[in-house]
Amino acid sequence: MIKVRIPTPLRKLTNGQGEVAAEGETVAALINTLDKEYPGLKERLCDEAGELRRFVNIYINEEDIRFHQGIKTPVKTGDEISIVPAIAGG
Amino acid sequence: MNKMKGLKCKECGKTYPAAALHVCEFCFGPLEVSYNYDYIKTKISKEKILQGPKSLWRYQDLLPIEGEPTVGLNAGFTPMIHAKNLGTELGLDYLYLKNDTVNCLTLSFKDRVVAVALTRAKELGFDTVACASTGNLANSVSAHAAEARLRCFVFIPADLEAGKVLGNLIYRPNVVAVNGNYDDVNRLCSEIAGEYPWAFVNINIRPYYSEGSKTLAYEAMEQLGWRTPDHVVVPIASGSLLTKISKGFNEFAQLGFVSPVKTKIHGAQAEGCSPVASAFKENRDFIKPVKPKTIAKSLAIGNPADGFYALKVVHGSDGLIEHVTDEEVIEGMTLLARTEGVFAETAGGVTIGVLKKLAKKGIFKKGESVVAYITGNGLKTQEAVAPALGVPWHIQPSLTNFQEALKAASIDAPKKERGVE
Repeated sequence: MIKVRIPTPLRKLTNGQGEVAAEGETVAALINTLDKEYPGLKERLCDEAGELRRFVNIYINEEDIRFHQGIKTPVKTGDEISIVPAIAGG
Repeated sequence: MNKMKGLKCKECGKTYPAAALHVCEFCFGPLEVSYNYDYIKTKISKEKILQGPKSLWRYQDLLPIEGEPTVGLNAGFTPMIHAKNLGTELGLDYLYLKNDTVNCLTLSFKDRVVAVALTRAKELGFDTVACASTGNLANSVSAHAAEARLRCFVFIPADLEAGKVLGNLIYRPNVVAVNGNYDDVNRLCSEIAGEYPWAFVNINIRPYYSEGSKTLAYEAMEQLGWRTPDHVVVPIASGSLLTKISKGFNEFAQLGFVSPVKTKIHGAQAEGCSPVASAFKENRDFIKPVKPKTIAKSLAIGNPADGFYALKVVHGSDGLIEHVTDEEVIEGMTLLARTEGVFAETAGGVTIGVLKKLAKKGIFKKGESVVAYITGNGLKTQEAVAPALGVPWHIQPSLTNFQEALKAASIDAPKKERGVE
């Protein structure tokens, strides 16, 4: 299983849980799995074309997926995923 | 009636109460304070501002607090310098420097945003304040938390300049040095902010905090005799400062204090961390994050939250975004110091470097006014500039010895004087 940390604005969809577990070969697949368990999650994270929304950042083991293959980046058991709102800092 | 209506998503327009929230839960867009300008119009006037305190609180009617200010009462209202010497070197008649190197309490523009953020955090009932910082913000939060008797956590990249680390420790906050760059620190803090009921000034308090930067525009207009400058040059880290300076100009125009705004807003980045400048040059409307590598650590944000909006503002104002190398940053710092006596930190070197570049390109027309924003103090980033400055003359306490040294030095005096070498 892959651990996924959920930011506060999405916790209403995960019954208040700040951390959930899911399976998937890539970030995109993982989001699809999560959406089955927590309906509505994908719509918040991705636009109609399936691309990550402008103000959402996703990290695999602390590394921004935009430094890899974006939403197509592979993930494996043991990885830790963080979903973080892009608007922060400065 | 209250001057604040609440918070509003900048993207989808969904409204929220004026609480400690920063992100729209529907589209993740940034939340901004929504004001009741009709009400503010009945309260504010130029006369009232002129009679107000010599601080940013003279613009209290346009700042997002409900009651009276309680923290950072002396922040802002820093000098505006008519930079004649530097202007002469660059061929500009009306060059002005907004000098936040002497801001109070901690010598950077961050004292503005922190004064607003901590006053608001207290209003919202927080007893602990925190921030993710490249240094200046941490210094300011540490100092103002001491003043306000609040518990304080500051998170910084572990490789920060010594002056900026010490500039936290002296105030006795909890200083957390994170092994990583600012973007790592920021991401970590976003996660911590979800777990602890703290006021992270640049996360959950960000909608209020960022409004403090508008005062850099208000002051510039007031100090120029209630006029907007023709150009401004603003350093870009997260991009928030630049967008809020633009907002400040437009608010004054909306209130009728100045003519409609025609100011060209130019952005400045360091080459080693220029995600916004690159997007501008490549005509992209999205930012590709970068791994920063520059001496301008206070601007080293590889994943700028407001980069997208900064781009929009610059395009909309017909401005430019340029970047300069680390060598040009040092040159900018020494140029500013030897011409105007202002010792700015590396970010100031970036701003002056870009100002020089734009001047060379002929962007500034004869008779136009230019304001360059100098946002932090050089005493905090000494290690960046020290290798370029040489050493003093070492002599014995004897007149003869001095005269010999003077004679020896005079051979290459034109180079040595004013610290060119």
